[in-house]
Order: sequence, then C-alpha cells, then structure tokens
Amino acid sequence: MTTEAISSGLSAGALSGPRGPKPKSLTIGRIGVYAFLILSALFFLMPLWVMIVTSLKTMPEIREGHLFNWPALLTFDPWLKAWDTACTGRDCNGLKPGFWNSVKITALSVPVSIVIAMINGYALSFWKYKGSEFLFGVLVFGAFVPYQVVIYPLIIGLSKVGLFATLPGIVIVHTIFGMPILTLLYRNFFASLPIELFKAGRVDGAGFWGIFFRIMLPMSVPITIVAIILQVTGIWNDFLFGTVFAGRENMPMTVQLNNIVTTTTGIREYNVNMAATILTAAVPLVVYFISGKWFVRGIAAGAVKG
Amino acid sequence: MTTSVSIKDLSLNFGNVKVLESLDLEVAQGEFIVLLGPSGCGKSTLLNCIAGLLDVSDGQIFISGKNVTWDEPKDRGIGMVFQSYALYPQMTVEKNLSFGLRVARMPKAEIEARVKRASEILQIEPLLQRKPVELSGGQRQRVAIGRALVRDVDVFLFDEPLSNLDAKLRNDLRIEIKRLHARLKNTMIYVTHDQIEAMTLADRIAIMKNGVIQQLADPHTIYNKPVNLFVAGFIGSPSMNFIKGDLSGTTLSVDGQANIPLGNYQFANQTNGASILGIRPEHIAVGEEAKKMPVQMESEIEIVEPMGADTVAWTKIAGQSLTFRAAAEVHLEPGQKVLIGFDPGRGSVFNAASGNRI
Ligand SMILES: Nc1ncnc2c1ncn2[C@@H]1O[C@H](COP(=O)(O)OP(=O)(O)OP(=O)(O)O)[C@@H](O)[C@H]1O
Ligand SMILES: [Mg+2]
Repeated sequence: MTTEAISSGLSAGALSGPRGPKPKSLTIGRIGVYAFLILSALFFLMPLWVMIVTSLKTMPEIREGHLFNWPALLTFDPWLKAWDTACTGRDCNGLKPGFWNSVKITALSVPVSIVIAMINGYALSFWKYKGSEFLFGVLVFGAFVPYQVVIYPLIIGLSKVGLFATLPGIVIVHTIFGMPILTLLYRNFFASLPIELFKAGRVDGAGFWGIFFRIMLPMSVPITIVAIILQVTGIWNDFLFGTVFAGRENMPMTVQLNNIVTTTTGIREYNVNMAATILTAAVPLVVYFISGKWFVRGIAAGAVKG
Repeated sequence: MTTSVSIKDLSLNFGNVKVLESLDLEVAQGEFIVLLGPSGCGKSTLLNCIAGLLDVSDGQIFISGKNVTWDEPKDRGIGMVFQSYALYPQMTVEKNLSFGLRVARMPKAEIEARVKRASEILQIEPLLQRKPVELSGGQRQRVAIGRALVRDVDVFLFDEPLSNLDAKLRNDLRIEIKRLHARLKNTMIYVTHDQIEAMTLADRIAIMKNGVIQQLADPHTIYNKPVNLFVAGFIGSPSMNFIKGDLSGTTLSVDGQANIPLGNYQFANQTNGASILGIRPEHIAVGEEAKKMPVQMESEIEIVEPMGADTVAWTKIAGQSLTFRAAAEVHLEPGQKVLIGFDPGRGSVFNAASGNRI
C-alpha cells in the first residue's frame, strides 16, 4: 500500500512538472532594468521637451521662467517666423532658403559619394592589382586626418579651378571627406562575400561592370542603406564645410540656424531659436526613425555575411 | 584520341611562394580526370589556372587545340562548378542558369531551350522560379552544375563540388555526375580530396603533392602499383602497411627477426639496401586462407575494429605494427594468436631513401 502511494505520487509529479514554454515572470531584476531604461530615456528627452514647450510659448511667458511648463498660451508663430521671416544678418527669409540649400547639397553629395565609394570598395576587393593594398591603406589613413589640416589647401585648389564657394565645390568636398569611411565600409562588405561568386561571374563572361551591376549591386542593398544614413546625417549636420566651401548662395541650413541664433540685433527670441533648431534637426531624426531597423540590420549584414 | 586540355610546363607563384612548378598534364577528349591530393597541394590553384581565373607565371594552356593562356575565362570553352555553389543570391534558379547566356546576348529562344534542357537533365524544373536560399544543399549544387551545363562547353571543371554535402547526398550526386558524364561525354576535370570519389569517378587520377603530380594513372594502377610511398600511403583506408627492412636480392630481412621472401614480386628496378614493403590490409589473409599464401607468420591480435561489412584488426610482426582486414564472420579477439599470410606479388616495394617503387 505504501509503495503504491509513493509510485503514484512520483508519476503525478512527473506529469505536473515543468512543460512547454517557460512562463515569463516579472522579476525584481527586470523591474530594475525597465526603471533604469525609462529614467535614462526621460533624462535624455528632457532638453527636447524644454525645446518643444519653449518654441510654443510667447516671449512674455518665457520670461516668467517656468522652463518645463506646458505653454499657457499656445502659439505657432515662432515656427512660422523661424521658417519664413527670421533674420540672418541682413536678409530676413527665415530658414527656408537654407533648408533648400541643404536639400540640394545632400541630394547631390550622398549619391555621388556612395557610388564612388561602392566602386572603390568593389575594385579593391575583387580586382586587386599591384599597389591596391597600399592605396587602400592610404585611404583608410585618410579617415584619421583632422579636417582642419586639409581645409586651407582645399580652398586654394578649388578656387584655382573656379569651384570655390559653389554647389559643385561643396559636393566635391563632401565626397572627398566621405570617401575613406565609405570605402572602408564597402570594401569590408565585399571582402566578406565569397570570392567564388566573383569567379563564377567571370566564368559566365561578365566583366568589371557586368559583375558590379548585375551581381554585386543587388547584394549591397543593406550596406547601402547604412551608407545612406551615415551620409545623410553627416552631410545634413555639417557646419564647418558649409561655412567654408558653400558660398553665400548655398549656405546650408545649419549655417543659417547659427546665424539666426547668434544674430545680435534686437532681443533674443528664444522661442524662434528653439523652433529653428528643431526644424534643422528634424531631417536626420526622421531618417533615423524611418530606417532605424534597416540600419541595425545593415550593420549586422556587413559584419557577418551577405 | 584527341587531346582536350593540355598543360605545358605550367608554373604559378603567389609572390615568393611557388605553388605549381613546371606542371605537365594531357587530358584526352571526353576523359574524366580527378585531381586528388592533401589540402593545400595546389589542386584549386591548378583548376583556377585552367579556368583563367589566375594568371600563370609561366607555361602554356591549350584547350581543344587552342592556346588559351591569355584568354578570358569566358573564351576558353569551360564551365566551372565551385565548392560553395556560388549561386547568385538575388537571382532565381532560372536567372542563375541563364546569366552567362544573357551576358553573351544569346537570342531568347535559344536561352530558353538550353535552360529547359539543363533543368531536365538535372531534374530541377520545379525549382526554376526559386531563389537559392530556398533550396537545399543538394539542389543548390545541381543548379551550380546546371550553370556549367547551359554553356554547352567542351570542358567541365569541378572544384570539390560535393564536399559541402552530407554523406548520403554525396553518394547520390556522385552517381549523378557519373551518369552525366556518360551522357554528355564532355571532358571533366574534377578536384577532390575524397578518395572514394576519385576511385569511382575517374578515368585517370592525378595524385598531387606540393604542386607536383606524383602519379597519373587509372584508379586500378594507382591502387595496385603506386609509384612512391606518398601515393601508396595516400590511397586506401585503412592505409597501406609499411614494413621496413633491408633488401638483398629477393629477401627482405626485417630487423634480423624475420626474413620475408619476395619471390613472386616483379621488381622493376631492384636496388639492394634499406627498403619498405607495402602491403594493403585487404591483401592479408587470416586463418585457413593464410595457409595458401606464399608468406605466412604467426601473430597476436592487439585491437579489433568491427566495421559491419568486415573487421579491421591490428597486430604486430617483427615489432612493426600491421593492420589487416578480415571477413566479418571470422572470429577475432585481442590476445588471440592467428596465422596471417600474404602474397608479396600484390604488394609494393619501395626504396627507403628515395621513396620510389622498385
Ligand atoms: N591568393 C593566395 N595567395 C597566396 N598563397 C595562396 C593563395 N591561394 C592559395 N595559396 C597557397 O597555395 C597553396 C595551394 O592552394 P590551393 O587552394 O590550390 O590548395 P588545394 O589543393 O585546393 O587545397 P584544398 O584541398 O584545401 O582546397 C596553398 O599552400 C595556399 O596557401
Ligand atoms: Mg581547393
């Protein structure tokens, strides 16, 4: 009788033991992690909050000094003014011309620099020639040269050929400075692809461009998205090259933002400044939000295997 | 018999590293040649030279009578199948097959006909609209073979096409490749380091070591009459027994403990002195069978490995270890004393200094 009881107890235990997916329980550790994440998110979002509420307040309300409060009197005028009529030095057209200049510069520089870097990386991985490794070494070294060192020679060079302070000039400058890191990105991506793919293409009769366009290009979509994000944010946020190389006609948004914020005539309109800053930062932010998932995926694709 | 591929005095260096040196190879029309050798001996390098994917350092390559040494891969009349399949990942099977033809701007109808024929031969018609990721390893390799097939070339080059597949699939595809060769009668040059593949597929096997072809002969000759110790040891599993001794006339004395008469061994180039007798495990008889053999001796079993179909046993004669293969029915156990015997006529004798067959 006792043995019976023991054996039935055992079999019942075996049946009622853990089975199937483990239930997810909220442990203390987990709560701690979430609390920490939420707190850090709030901390980093605080400046953005201040910027947004300030941009929606009227100047008298701002002077009251309640930094974090939601505006008592909601106004969108600062945004309109920042976009349309704020003064940058002499002319008062707001950020609008700068925005379109930035769009022009980015829309030209991003594809040009990426296409060149892609071809560079492809040639350096698959069509090795005497000295190609050396050339690659020099290019990578270029990534570590401080920009300031090359600016003066570049000004001289570009003005010699009449491109200083022109749109093509600034596009060339962005292309040159994007080259090392982009070439590195693409070379490493292509080097991670099986070399047999390239050999198969050659046996099938495709040449340099045939293999590039028909085999390699379709495979480089993920890495190209990474390159686009890098370049769009980098070029949009650029201030230094824009100031130096773009010329008055092509001043990018960042430079105009600076002019609006630091303008010395009249009173400091904090609400307009905040609105202008958010407007300028919006483009890279939007790019991140749209492509964040792709960005992570692309980095992984480049790091492991296509 | 006309020559299909002819390699004359081929050398290839990577910088200072000499991978191939003055290599000569003549492959007849429709012949199935297998390049076999240990890893790093230059098999892939040789194949890449024939394909035109590597520039040779010296020498000439002729394919179908034409000097192609400086020709582009596509102009050489070759198709190549790679170990890693190397299918274009963004193209469907159909596009993979037709890529080379589209590059060559062949008329659409002709492309379709060729893709159809190749996919029929390889039984991949239901897969034509799939991407490579949606295929199994065996199916991928079939598509890779198909890509060579559609090009309608004289010479097929295979670089370890089956080594990424599991054992069962490897056997199946091996038979298919053999069938394909019987049907198409193209010249095939096939790299592997699997000796079963080499023995079963080849008309002739080229055994390579350090970029030099050691022996080029039909599988039977390679197996039974290896030209040197390297070839003898490389082919066969378990590998050939080597008994070291001193040869004078037709008697091999082993450490003064035993004398093995090599009466019916046919010397090609008899040289007295330190020598090695090579005898395959499957040529050693045991028990009753051993009594019929010209050379017999007592020995004690050390280890027994039952393989299912047969049994491999380890023993020692005159202090040197020896393996032999016995039928599965023969009862063997460690410590047992058995009579073993062999016929030196089926063995090989090598000069110890040069390693060459004598
Ligand atoms: N690009 C290269 N640069 C320098 N040395 C190389 C290069 N490719 C191959 N080698 C060397 O050439 C030798 C032969 O290489 P190969 O790839 O032909 O060997 P293999 O016989 O095909 O070997 P496996 O069976 O492993 O494929 C090796 O020693 C290898 O290290
Ligand atoms: Mg190889």
